[in-house]
Amino acid sequence: MSGIAASARDGDRTETARAGAGEIAIRGVTKNYGAGKKEFRALEDIRLTIAANEFVTILGPSGCGKSTLLRIVAGLEDASEGEVAVDGATVVGPGADRGMVFQGYTLFPWLTVRENIEYGPKLRGVPILERRAVSDRYLRVTRLEAFANHLPKQLSGGMKQRVAIARALANGPKVLLMDEPFGALDAQTKLEMQEALLDVWEKEKTTVLFITHDIDEAIFLSQRIVVMGAGPGRIVREYEVSLPGERSPEVREHPAFLRLKRELTGLLKHKEEA
Amino acid sequence: MANAGEEIGTAAFGGAASEAARTAGSSQAARPARRQRIRIFEDISRRAFAVTAVVSFAVLLLVWSILSYGKMVNPVFLPTPGAVVKTFADLLGTQAYWHHIGISVFRVTSGFVLACLVAIPLGLVAGTFRIGEAFLEPPMEFIRYMPAVAFIPLIMVWAGIGEWAKILLIFIGCFFQLVLMVAADTRQVSKELVQASFTLGATRWQAIQTVIIPAVQPRLLNTMRLMLGWAWTYLVVAELVAVNSGLGYAIMKAQRFLNTDQIFVGIIVIGLLGLISDRIFAFLNKRMYPWV
Repeated sequence: MSGIAASARDGDRTETARAGAGEIAIRGVTKNYGAGKKEFRALEDIRLTIAANEFVTILGPSGCGKSTLLRIVAGLEDASEGEVAVDGATVVGPGADRGMVFQGYTLFPWLTVRENIEYGPKLRGVPILERRAVSDRYLRVTRLEAFANHLPKQLSGGMKQRVAIARALANGPKVLLMDEPFGALDAQTKLEMQEALLDVWEKEKTTVLFITHDIDEAIFLSQRIVVMGAGPGRIVREYEVSLPGERSPEVREHPAFLRLKRELTGLLKHKEEA
Repeated sequence: MANAGEEIGTAAFGGAASEAARTAGSSQAARPARRQRIRIFEDISRRAFAVTAVVSFAVLLLVWSILSYGKMVNPVFLPTPGAVVKTFADLLGTQAYWHHIGISVFRVTSGFVLACLVAIPLGLVAGTFRIGEAFLEPPMEFIRYMPAVAFIPLIMVWAGIGEWAKILLIFIGCFFQLVLMVAADTRQVSKELVQASFTLGATRWQAIQTVIIPAVQPRLLNTMRLMLGWAWTYLVVAELVAVNSGLGYAIMKAQRFLNTDQIFVGIIVIGLLGLISDRIFAFLNKRMYPWV
């Protein structure tokens, strides 16, 4: 925390934020709901390590516990067994080092776009001029300059989610947790947002843990895909995504992309039948 | 009346609809498809709404006029609209009546403001923390079903028959309901917003300050608006017992002399005061919370 605040002062906070930081270790996480006869196991012995600056997607059908896992990493829920550590520090609750983007936007409706982005720095007591500099930067990164003084209700779904991403990043988190952030957007906006996210990630280089049930989205965005299955939620398989060059929209036509898509589709279909 | 009805149709559905209506009239056999005029949940124009509202008042006035001017009811029981308007003007011309209005407004405001000052913080605590809910709500749920009016004898023992007695009755009438309603408002604040603030580094206290309190305000103001209506009801009850001032007293006195026109005026004045305060709250809500 203090490291982030200090580096904000010399105006290049993210350089420090990304320096070797943001490794997530999920160690044998199990999650049970209810008790006795009604006990239900949502997650079973999840083991996963995500390197600093890595972009990992967890892909799985609804009800496989992928959102629960993300919420445990965020500290919004407790694991029944096992633990999560970020850069070696055990997670005991939510904190500013793990920024989160929810599917339902969750912007503060009474704050303007700029005020939403400045929310985290303001809580930490960052002086107004530095806060302004941070929000300017992230308004630019997410191309929202023209909407700085708008209220959330005046924005489209895609723009709202840009604000949510900017708000999370403005806090200089080590990792960015994204819970199906584009799930509520229309197809065209979704594609635009995916490119925008990659663009931002390339600039910021924070660790990203991204949840989705959309196979195309997973392949397009991530360096690594972790497939989860249901009943109880567990990791089924992992894939390294190696696509050539820059991720432009055309990459969706690439044979490697299509091959992986076919494989993942088959895997998920098989899982559902089983 | 018939004209007004026509107005509504035209205003609501525009020229196209009235054209369709004309076509329908000219060739009944063909029965061209026509939009229904009154549709479930669908909006109507502002003008159609206003016209309908005016018509509704007009109907009320008409029924009243027929019953009173037509001598269908003894004028002692039901004065004519004309007589009520005349009494209204006469009474508002006297200083004594303005004194009644003033003291009533004072009592309502005092009781209501006191209830808000105590109930809102408690409601926020009960709505925010489960343990607060467990501590505060069960007794409140129990007490709120005790009719406030039944407390009058007790209040007279506690507070005598002075100003505090009236204020206390209004306070009791509003307080318990208010705590429960504020708690319910607080629980409606999006849990995800609170969680978002936590992931942005907020402490528990900061989440209350920067999320729950701003988020609950529009609903809170609306709850206060509803509650103020209740405060006026309790005021009249309070002023029916052992007082010599206030609108409730004026109504009671009029009843003793069978001056029904004065009773009408008293009720209408209270209604108008309620309407004014209600509009003020509605205005504030729009003005203060443009983000809703």
